[in-house]
Amino acid sequence: MTGRKAYVRSMTGWWWRNPFFVRYMLRELTAPFVAVYAVILLVGLARLAQGEAAYNAWLATLRHPASILFHWLLFIAITYHAITLWKVMPKTMARLRLAGRALPEFTVTLCGWLATLTASVAFYVLVLRS
Amino acid sequence: MTTKRSNAPIFWVLFGAGGALAALVGPILVLVTGIIAPVGIWMPQSVLAYERVLGFAQHWAGKAFLLAVVSLFLWHAAHRIFHSLHDVEIHAGAGTKLLCYGSALFGTAIAAAALIDIGF
Amino acid sequence: MAEPRTIEMEVLRYHPERDFEPHFQSYRVPFTHDMSVLQGLQYIKDHLDGSLTFRWSCRMAVCGSCGHMVNGVPRLSCSTFLRDYLPGKVRLEPLNHFPIVRDLAIDQSDFLKKLEAIKPYLYPAEDKPVESGEYLQTPEQLERFYPFSQCINCLLCYSACPQYGLNPGFIGPGAMALLHRYNTDSRDAGRAERMEVVNAEEGVWSCTLVGYCSEVCPKGVNPANAVNQNKVTSALDYFLRFVMPRGGRR
Repeated sequence: MTGRKAYVRSMTGWWWRNPFFVRYMLRELTAPFVAVYAVILLVGLARLAQGEAAYNAWLATLRHPASILFHWLLFIAITYHAITLWKVMPKTMARLRLAGRALPEFTVTLCGWLATLTASVAFYVLVLRS
Repeated sequence: MTTKRSNAPIFWVLFGAGGALAALVGPILVLVTGIIAPVGIWMPQSVLAYERVLGFAQHWAGKAFLLAVVSLFLWHAAHRIFHSLHDVEIHAGAGTKLLCYGSALFGTAIAAAALIDIGF
Repeated sequence: MAEPRTIEMEVLRYHPERDFEPHFQSYRVPFTHDMSVLQGLQYIKDHLDGSLTFRWSCRMAVCGSCGHMVNGVPRLSCSTFLRDYLPGKVRLEPLNHFPIVRDLAIDQSDFLKKLEAIKPYLYPAEDKPVESGEYLQTPEQLERFYPFSQCINCLLCYSACPQYGLNPGFIGPGAMALLHRYNTDSRDAGRAERMEVVNAEEGVWSCTLVGYCSEVCPKGVNPANAVNQNKVTSALDYFLRFVMPRGGRR
């Protein structure tokens, strides 16, 4: 049943017309922020290889208020990435079962959020103690 | 008629690994390296001192961690950005694909070179 | 006697013999607390405008015929209630991402092709004669595929999926859910036959895990789960194909 003069609608604007899709786009938009942070670290690594003076110049830039402010933006973005990644994680796995019953998908998400929290605390402690 | 097998798995695995790593240590890394240590609140500024960071980067575990973070974050972002272009109806062909993944490869190479340069 | 409450139903019209483009037409529909959007459409057809075309059948969310966009959200009209849209109006459009044939009726032929492509039937591991008896299946084995078997082919997930909208070549959530239903059925041994569809760029790899498909599914099929579980399967197949023959054991 191919329609004679069947009408095909345009997709333009699909992602801002439904709140679900807006949230999806915000989720995907965290990617450039992840990239920018990686580049910041990469520059730091390169400066580290170039010696103490070069590295300290990089460090001085990090201490600039504009950099601190920018890193708050990076922090919000990368935290949103973490939150949303664990929210979709159960969709990538077979349904978990405990004693014959299916566990809710949110169990996986909660474990993920806890894993991030644990890794964060562990990292913080490691940095302080070493 | 056979349908061609996609090579997407290569990039997807890198994307997935990068995404998971970013989800686990991304927030704390940004917080510590970008805010807490530079300002010196809750943590002395010396945490990011040259000698300390150099020592970390000279250790095999430090090298592995730094390479993983820089490289996998870049691969994750490249994959996602490339696919987001398609989402907003920007035609992203082979050239754009090369630019996106090529950048990640380039970044990986620079990181590896720097880490080798830093020595042990 | 109290005046019946009315609600405005704004319906997309398209008659190819007279229209170049679709356009909205408004109807004022009297309704009761328990009336569904489908009943509203039936009222329009019976009392206001007999030319309105739309699909429906069971009125109880098992046939999958009455899918429409209700205020921009894919829904089954029989299970969506007019009372929930007050004080505004109810805007009805045909399911997104499908060509419009007439009014609210869409061309589903693309989905039917996709359905055929995933081989939606059990592939027995061996030719079992009837005398050998029935397949035995434990409740646990049933649970593995049961949710994916609940699909009523209503196409709400295809309407929800922007990747399908952007590229109708994508196999889509519903077909993948059914593919997964057969692959995870203990009676089936046809996984290898279905891998080609899975591994293609327009197989699982067109999905970006928007997840809206699972959100709108009226039967809890969770097609996003089916697609994304198969990304792992496809990736394993890709990297291990020289070590393990394609398909391997279940």
